[in-house]
Amino acid sequence: MNFIKTALVSTVAAAAMSTAAAAQDCPIKVGVLHSLSGTMAISETTLKDTMLMLVEQQNAKGGLLGCDLEAVVVDPASDWPLFAEKARELLTVHEVDVIFGNWTSVSRKSVLPVIEELNGLLFYPVQYEGEESSKNVFYTGAAPNQQAIPATDYFLDELGVEKFALLGTDYVYPRTTNNILESYLKSKGIAEEDIFVNYTPFGHSDWSKIVADVVALGADGKKVGVISTINGDANIGFYKELAAAGISADDIPVVAFSVGEEELSGLDTSNLVGHLAAWNYFMSADTPANAEFIAAWHEFIGDEARVTNDPMEAHYIGFNMWVNAATAAGSTDVDAVREAMWGQEFPNLTGGTAVMGVNHHLSKPVLIGEILADGQFDIISQTEPVPGDAWTDFLPESAVLVSDWKDLGCGMYNTETETCVQIGSNY
Amino acid sequence: MLKRFFLVLLAMLLLATQAFAQSEPGPMQTVLQAHAEVIAESSRRTIGPAIDAVAGSGLPQAQAVLEAWQAKDMWQRQSDGWFFRAEQIDASTYRLIDFDSGDAIGEADKGDLTQLKPNAGVRGLLGTALVQFQLLDPDPARRADALTSLERSANADLLAPLRASIDPEADAALKARKERLERLLTISYDPDEAARIAAIEEMAGDLGVDVRAALNPLVATTLRVYAGEVPGGINVARVLRPGSEALPRDTAYAMLAEAGLAPPRVTEGDVRAALAAHIDAGNVGGVPVAELSDPARRVGAYTALAAGGLVPAYRTEAEISAALDAHRFAQIYAEPSPAVTGAAEAALTRISTKVGLNQALDLGLDALSLGSIYFLAAIGLAITFGVMGVINMAHGEFIMMGAYTGYVVQQLIPNHTASIAVAIPLAFAVTFAAGVAMERLVIRWLYNRPLETLLATFGISIALQQLFKNIFGTQARPLTSPDWLGGAWVLNDVVSISYIRIAIFVLAMLFLALFLFIMKRTRLGLETRAVTQNPGMAGAMGINPGRVNMLTFGLGSGIAGIAGVAIGLFAKVTSELGQDYIVQSFMTVVVGGVGNIWGTLLGAGLIGGLQKGIEWLNPSNTLAAQTYMIIFIIVFIQFRPRGIIALKGRAAGD
Amino acid sequence: MNRTFLARNPSVLIFLAVLALFTIAVTVMSEGFGMGIISTSFVKTLGKTLTLALIAVAMDLVWGYAGILSLGHFAFFGLGGYMIGMWLMYERTRQIVVDSLASSPIPPTDQEVVDAIGTQIFGVVGSSEFPPVWAFADSLTIQLILVVAVPGLLALIFGWLAFRSRVTGVYLSILTQAMTLALSLYLFQNDSGLRGNNGLSGLQNIPHLDHVPQSVLSVWFFWASALALALGYVFAAWIVSGKFGSVIRGIRDNEARVRFLGYSVEGYKLFLFTVTAMIAGIAGALYYPQAGIVNPAEIAPIASIYLAVWVAIGGRGRLYGAVIGAVFVSLVSTYFTGGQAPDINLGFYTISWVDWWTILLGLSFVGVTLFAPKGIGGLFDLWTGRRTPDRHGADLGPDMGSLREKEAEE
Repeated sequence: MNFIKTALVSTVAAAAMSTAAAAQDCPIKVGVLHSLSGTMAISETTLKDTMLMLVEQQNAKGGLLGCDLEAVVVDPASDWPLFAEKARELLTVHEVDVIFGNWTSVSRKSVLPVIEELNGLLFYPVQYEGEESSKNVFYTGAAPNQQAIPATDYFLDELGVEKFALLGTDYVYPRTTNNILESYLKSKGIAEEDIFVNYTPFGHSDWSKIVADVVALGADGKKVGVISTINGDANIGFYKELAAAGISADDIPVVAFSVGEEELSGLDTSNLVGHLAAWNYFMSADTPANAEFIAAWHEFIGDEARVTNDPMEAHYIGFNMWVNAATAAGSTDVDAVREAMWGQEFPNLTGGTAVMGVNHHLSKPVLIGEILADGQFDIISQTEPVPGDAWTDFLPESAVLVSDWKDLGCGMYNTETETCVQIGSNY
Repeated sequence: MLKRFFLVLLAMLLLATQAFAQSEPGPMQTVLQAHAEVIAESSRRTIGPAIDAVAGSGLPQAQAVLEAWQAKDMWQRQSDGWFFRAEQIDASTYRLIDFDSGDAIGEADKGDLTQLKPNAGVRGLLGTALVQFQLLDPDPARRADALTSLERSANADLLAPLRASIDPEADAALKARKERLERLLTISYDPDEAARIAAIEEMAGDLGVDVRAALNPLVATTLRVYAGEVPGGINVARVLRPGSEALPRDTAYAMLAEAGLAPPRVTEGDVRAALAAHIDAGNVGGVPVAELSDPARRVGAYTALAAGGLVPAYRTEAEISAALDAHRFAQIYAEPSPAVTGAAEAALTRISTKVGLNQALDLGLDALSLGSIYFLAAIGLAITFGVMGVINMAHGEFIMMGAYTGYVVQQLIPNHTASIAVAIPLAFAVTFAAGVAMERLVIRWLYNRPLETLLATFGISIALQQLFKNIFGTQARPLTSPDWLGGAWVLNDVVSISYIRIAIFVLAMLFLALFLFIMKRTRLGLETRAVTQNPGMAGAMGINPGRVNMLTFGLGSGIAGIAGVAIGLFAKVTSELGQDYIVQSFMTVVVGGVGNIWGTLLGAGLIGGLQKGIEWLNPSNTLAAQTYMIIFIIVFIQFRPRGIIALKGRAAGD
Repeated sequence: MNRTFLARNPSVLIFLAVLALFTIAVTVMSEGFGMGIISTSFVKTLGKTLTLALIAVAMDLVWGYAGILSLGHFAFFGLGGYMIGMWLMYERTRQIVVDSLASSPIPPTDQEVVDAIGTQIFGVVGSSEFPPVWAFADSLTIQLILVVAVPGLLALIFGWLAFRSRVTGVYLSILTQAMTLALSLYLFQNDSGLRGNNGLSGLQNIPHLDHVPQSVLSVWFFWASALALALGYVFAAWIVSGKFGSVIRGIRDNEARVRFLGYSVEGYKLFLFTVTAMIAGIAGALYYPQAGIVNPAEIAPIASIYLAVWVAIGGRGRLYGAVIGAVFVSLVSTYFTGGQAPDINLGFYTISWVDWWTILLGLSFVGVTLFAPKGIGGLFDLWTGRRTPDRHGADLGPDMGSLREKEAEE
């Protein structure tokens, strides 16, 4: 009853304000495509809750274009083909105006053909391997140049690391990131034999030999550093073995790209103090906006112990940018919103302003944090905003590619031959 | 002298601009203010002069400043940019202590202060700068810090102070460390060649990573190319012949081209660019553009262009050979002294043999450890599957339940040692109860239908998994081992194994003994064996088969629970924990030979050893090791279907 | 004895009629061909369900009729998907590459086209060269042959090894599970050349059919799936109705006795194992273009166990039971895990089906094995008035895979 009243009042108000809003179908539907069961549920359920919180906040502020927002939540159950099916369901059955969702790269690749076929709009909130730019996707997480490259620079310049161990879980994100890093390190004068690469399966627990291998790398007198793209649970065994071997961050520093506040809550961090992580957001960021966000999150979820993390900030920025873009466009029509998204600005929770580029990637600062004993991160380095790069400059095939949806109208434009390789994305 | 004068001048300037500051800066504050910008920026690349200035200031407070800075206790006051040591009073108030006077000069709000957070790189430089102060510090902990800093990064200047500090050292352990470090620094930095060679020979039998770290840079080489013969006076490691395995022809020629000693080869990319640049009315070099999709036609077109002098011609093999013959390729030591490099090479050769042997030993320990983990996971199954013949797909979930019991106990009892002591019997009790319940409710109806047992227990398995997900969430839960299990047993820098793995090994052996004791020496064991071989006859002898089956199954499940605590301590506690072990556990039992605990032991050892062996052959891909291990097992079972130790006679059943 | 195959098996006719009616109904209600009551995504779900029913029929042949509890048939299903997926990806990418290279000043050589395709396909997973397994990816014909040949060959080798050394019962089940695990771990590796964890994606975009909307394409695939199921069902019914069927049932109930009668037990088992693997491959090749992506997680051992569960719930030892089980369980699962089922509020606790469905499913396996070994198919016995043989409690055969008295028909 209350809902109808609010909707009615706001519709009338909106009709008075703008004609565009009158054409809007109320309520505006926001699809949430995050796994609520299966292996990815732990990470993605938090993002689903974040989206519900953001929608609730927006409705409290008076909704969008005179309409209330309605979140449509579906559960793709960590099953990659199901992501495609649920995305189709969201777009054709529920007719949502925008989708916020996905975590793993493979789930994004599964959804891409559907989103592109039906001209949907997806906001993808997780750091990923890059090498992609879809007309229908906005990437609010970090591309490799916004996380991996700055962290490697930090290793080279600040810690004086001369020999690198790239440890990763065997899937696409570590593979591509390590490829980029290998080529980047070589361009920085690190010899091929000074780069040790190892891949382990998901959930790997037997780390003794790999840790011993890493220690043995120090035998030629060069400072060793570990760049870890180890995913999820496997980190626990890895860090436990590291601690048992008595390796301190001063001897062999480890920088992780997939370990955040959420992952550390499953660990006793006292032995990990000083190891590093690189993200665009840390919960410990000392700004009023962040304090407000954390307070709102704790109130919404009803648990003071819950942490916030980087993908949550990505959704926060992405959602607010979408609201502003739809307001600017006067409609939630996908093409209109997409054009209004280019150049959208919104304040980061860590200070500064995020800007959406024409390649559908955000410009954000990169933060490097040292692990503290309480499971939080001490931010020791914060860069100027770095624009996300869809195609890395450090692989020969990708260096010639650019993405510019505004002027070139192409996400995979070859600057050498001056042609658009393909309009759809590669999946 | 000039520097001192400059500093004073700068301090006066600062004074002039900050006339309102409450007092004059002391000498250390002056030094710090002179480098205020780089100190605040706190980057390893630029911080050097600031640290040198403090360390070299000659002021007695330099050590205190560097130590406070390193410990992140140095703060900058925003109003005037002065640096202080700060002590926290409460959440937002800090007491400021002046470096020069050592007195507290007041309190300040956190908002008015900026903490200096030197990163690990800067902290390392600070540590190295502190070495000269700390080597003779009365506090042994500080002296140890100094040695740690020296081990991480040293330079030639620190060799003399280190030598001077050896004789006065009272602590025997520290003295030994100092002497060892002195040898290592001698190898790297001593100007006297004979002293270096002596040090190298002295350390030649040592396995330490630090020794190799000192020796290897001496034998580092770079590949250089010389026109004609290699000039004399250079410490040449070896001369390489192009076309050999160490230096393929292509690489060698690319080096020549890069050094500008020969024209580069024409690549396919060059050809395409050249062709595109010379399209003339739909033809290139007389070949129609449409035909250029044929590689042979492209070569023809390019050759035609080259003949016209428009593009550089292809390099012929003869030209390449001639160019290669005219040059020498040699690996050159960075270290100029041949005597030193020779000694280092000889020492390294001796060390590397020892390292190889020790690596094999370490791999053996790892394999043993992995085998004991598999054995521990499989021993409960050796009872339920091996002895009773019941396929229990929920065995992995019993392991998981044990691990979660450990987690819950640890939430209630914060002391880690006590909580483990409570958790082990409790985990046994919980899984024993679960096992008995499952046997009574489900399994006993299916004793002669093994395939159905498989399905039913699988149903229980997924239900239990999801139930624990609902209760504890999918996030991995911490299960922390007590401190006395935290470290590793280190034999030398190559061979080490963590205590928790040793504990698991011991636990596995204990269970083996327990199993043998129960089966061979107790009434339950006797009855179990009787019921397994012939339930009807056993019943006729007055044994209650139902009760025996129930207890045996409970025992197997209970042991799985204890294994769960151990596995949780060493890896992680998630609801999918059991999944990771179930297939391997069945493999272990089947490979070893069903119904024989020694077989299970051998099976676990075989699987662990095999997996480590394959990992060693292919160190960059652990996943492959698991794959090939399973394939090996499949093939193995084809040839020994009854496992390593097959039961013979009537006990073997069908 | 001279009655025709169909007359002896009236259930086949009934099944075909039901399937035909169902196909027509779905077509009429679909978005692509009719009223649009059923959404395209649901048409795809139904199409996929039919292929699952096909693999369930194969599973029933090998388990319900021959007593081999294979926990590896989903591996064959996945392999079929990979084989067709390779061609779909290659050809789709080739079109893109040829179009984009057409504008370059110099026409590309064949090698350059292949290289560019490689970069496109493997660039995503940090590589760019074609691994040898893709040697025939450019030929639809060869890949279609491989859809049956690869699973068939794997089943032949594995089955030959296993049956030759007389591995039976639960040992065989565990061994097949190990094979599945090894295959999925192998495919998880990037080095396997099949794009590791990412698998092959975008398979719903059929090359050369860009102009056909998914709403129509989904119905075409639905038809293909229905046809495949019909053919597979008739083939299976034909196999089990003749002398061959009698022999494999004999093997199930008492392997040793059949061997002593002079039959080559291994040969029969091997033939059946291989043929059902091929059927599974065909089902997979139809399933994954509808799902859109095939990756190693699909092959994980748990999928094959679910397959056994479908057959058990539907009723093993009867082909329509397998179909009912697969259709019923997979559709009900989709309903409950999709978040559409309303939560039940108990006041103190809210039962969310997304969380509790799996528990219910797990317990239902236990219930079915304990209390209803005939599964859902047993309900038809009540209807048709079939009776179980009365052998005063004695089982039909001593072998571990054999049917028990109360699940057999007279």
